[in-house]
Amino acid sequence: MGRYVIRRLLQMIPVFFGTTLLIFLMVNVMGDPIAGLCGDRQCDPATAAQLRSEFGLDKPVWQQYLTYMGNVFTGDFGTAFNGQKVTELMATAFPITIRLTLVAIFFEIVIGISLGVVTGLRRGRPIDTTVLILTLVVISIPTFVTGLLLQLLLGVEWGVIKPSVSSEAPLNELIIPGLVVASVSLAYVTRLTRTSIAENARADYVRTATAKGLPRRRVVVRHLLRNSLIPVVTFIGTDVGALMGGAIVTERIFNIHGVGYQLYQGILRQNSQTVVGFVTVLVLVFLAANLIVDLLYAVLDPRIRYA
Amino acid sequence: MRGATQVKWAACAVAVALAATACGGGDSGGGGGGADGIVSSSWGDPQNPLEPANTNEVQGGKVLDMIFRGLKKYDPKTGEATNMLAEKIETKDNQNFTITVKDGWTFSNGEKITAKSFVDAWNYGALLKNNQKNAYFFGYIDGYDKVHPETGTASATTLSGLKQVNDMTFSVKLTQKFSLWPDTLGYPAFAPLPKAFFTDHAAWVSKPIGNGPYTIDKYTKGSSMDLRKWDDYPGDDKAQNGGIDLKVYTDNNTAYTDLTAGNLDLVDDVPASQLKNVKSDLGDRYINTPAGIIQTLAFPFYDPQWNTAGAIKVRQGLSMAINREQITNQIFQKTRTPASDWTSPVLGEDGGFKKGLCGKECTYNAAEAKKMIQDGGGIPGGQLKISYNADTGSHKEWVDAVCNSINKVMGNNKACVGAPVGTFADFRSQVSQQKLHGAWRAGWQMDYPLIQNFLQPVYYSNASSNDGKWNNKQFDSLVNKANAESDKAKAVSTFQDAEKVMVQQMPVIPLWYQNGSAGYSENVTNVSLNQFSVPVYEQIKVK
Repeated sequence: MGRYVIRRLLQMIPVFFGTTLLIFLMVNVMGDPIAGLCGDRQCDPATAAQLRSEFGLDKPVWQQYLTYMGNVFTGDFGTAFNGQKVTELMATAFPITIRLTLVAIFFEIVIGISLGVVTGLRRGRPIDTTVLILTLVVISIPTFVTGLLLQLLLGVEWGVIKPSVSSEAPLNELIIPGLVVASVSLAYVTRLTRTSIAENARADYVRTATAKGLPRRRVVVRHLLRNSLIPVVTFIGTDVGALMGGAIVTERIFNIHGVGYQLYQGILRQNSQTVVGFVTVLVLVFLAANLIVDLLYAVLDPRIRYA
Repeated sequence: MRGATQVKWAACAVAVALAATACGGGDSGGGGGGADGIVSSSWGDPQNPLEPANTNEVQGGKVLDMIFRGLKKYDPKTGEATNMLAEKIETKDNQNFTITVKDGWTFSNGEKITAKSFVDAWNYGALLKNNQKNAYFFGYIDGYDKVHPETGTASATTLSGLKQVNDMTFSVKLTQKFSLWPDTLGYPAFAPLPKAFFTDHAAWVSKPIGNGPYTIDKYTKGSSMDLRKWDDYPGDDKAQNGGIDLKVYTDNNTAYTDLTAGNLDLVDDVPASQLKNVKSDLGDRYINTPAGIIQTLAFPFYDPQWNTAGAIKVRQGLSMAINREQITNQIFQKTRTPASDWTSPVLGEDGGFKKGLCGKECTYNAAEAKKMIQDGGGIPGGQLKISYNADTGSHKEWVDAVCNSINKVMGNNKACVGAPVGTFADFRSQVSQQKLHGAWRAGWQMDYPLIQNFLQPVYYSNASSNDGKWNNKQFDSLVNKANAESDKAKAVSTFQDAEKVMVQQMPVIPLWYQNGSAGYSENVTNVSLNQFSVPVYEQIKVK
């Protein structure tokens, strides 16, 4: 187990350097960011040159990358164009997005898995069909539609929530946005659980457990669910990274000043320091989430432990 | 029943969720009304650190407008520059000015404002080392080329043309005659700065101290700024409300939604997609007034094929091929006005705006347009590409409409096409590096309500924003003549003569004047926009 973890950790190193380099190159290809700083007029050449040297943009890209990575290891992610440290931006943006992600994951687990179990055990019944149709609808509607619709209905028409999240983004304001972020994954989780449960419900060990005279809920929760959760856990694990990075649309709609918003601004202003910094952290989150998923396998199914 | 507990749990979670949101949705802004009421307003994250000489966009400019007062102030209704902190500005030759600062003004931290507050601030703004994006505003002052050379390092740290005479007086020597120069001093870049700005710069930037009707109470970078009325403000334009809470929105659509839901008092940028609904949503709480912004199509004069005698006719023909009336009505829902000169209606007749100055060259005339373009040898390269940035401002719609109009006139579906560029920064770098060989969208937002500002920085030879590198001796000499004119009316009419040169040459095609649009809630009254399309915050009253 220990060697397995170490091997996984070592694998992260090339992935980390590869992704950051790619992002760095992509942002650089987009052209000269200083040109956009002066609005519709041209920056005067002297100021532009000075800004370029201050942000290190006058050096060749490989050198910029090396300096940047060197700084990152000392915890210096550089400065955004508005004069703010990128670490400062991260300190405000990440807690908000993490909160949003947690809300989303919570909905995925609670609603997704329970619906999956209910439908998996009652295949072909009306409730199964209803949920299947509902999940299909959710999957086929883009999140920005769900987001705008909920915002309009709950926020403007009925006044149940505030249409925009305040800058502190407390948990209770994040419930609806969290639901929107989670919606598509939630539908997938439901379907994955349903299939997995339905498949395993006919397995020998379930029959044995039932034959032993175990109470039904013990059979379902301890035996059937535990074994059926492996694909679901994989999905939720990889989804953590996707949720954090992919909340751009939802964050815009609900005015959440999280990672998505900062990334969007960084890309619009071509601020490589912000973009690369945030993506670097996201890559780390993604890698960590994957690692945790792999470790969770071992908990769910001891047979995987020594693989 | 353990199987059922999960379902119960989920049901509970949903119930909690709904209950919690219900609690969250109850209270809405509001608070005490009257002179102490707080106005909440939408905001965008300023692009640059908040320093007077470093702020060149609307969002940062809004704040400077509230916390700073300069030597002059532009009347929010007429745009006229009137003395604010200036006791008097005297000159004998339109080149050497003596400025006396009014006694009795202080910064909000109690520091007295003297001539030194201005001299130090201007020297700071001009000095290359400080990276101030508005440094070129000090370019008219003698010695600017020493503190801000085009290449290399500065050989002086202070402007030689700027001298403190005594405590309250300083003198300015310009590099050229410029009679309207005192009227430029209302621009925020010319604001005075307190000692704290220089001694503890980092602290100042995180919470700026100024001398305007508001002070900054709380500033959370990137998300909000709370401004409060400064009770001891010595000016006569005291705040009529208790303060302004600026909230950064990720999207102006969300801000608009918040306004309609009653969570926000003021939105000063109604999103294009809502223009159709704005009348029914807000009724007469929607403002749509002219702002000092003109949008144009610019051409590359560094490309020889655009710099010929024939190309003049082509440009005039293209201008006549654009149905401005129809585009402003249908695409912009009348938030733009068809342009017929190169200035803006906010200048007023006296200030140099002249409706119809461009004449038939800017009026839609399909038959004549086609003939002109063909007489001029056709569109250079056979096709007109109009470049624009696709990331913000919904430029695609109108560029496509302009092309459509031109294509119809030419009877050729490929005569004009839009050429989107991914980001604004990339678009600007292509423009400034002279990579474009077709037309591109251009625009000019005035710095101060003067006809000079609409012409000289954009069309004078080698001027800072003359991106197309157009140059014309006759135009330049008329601008010089106008600047040397001591009589304002005469200066204005000479500038208009220079504009007539542009009708004959059509270096850029004027498209439309942009309006400022804003919407406000039922909580507030007396909301208006100034000529810069910034709300006149200090006049807003809370019910």
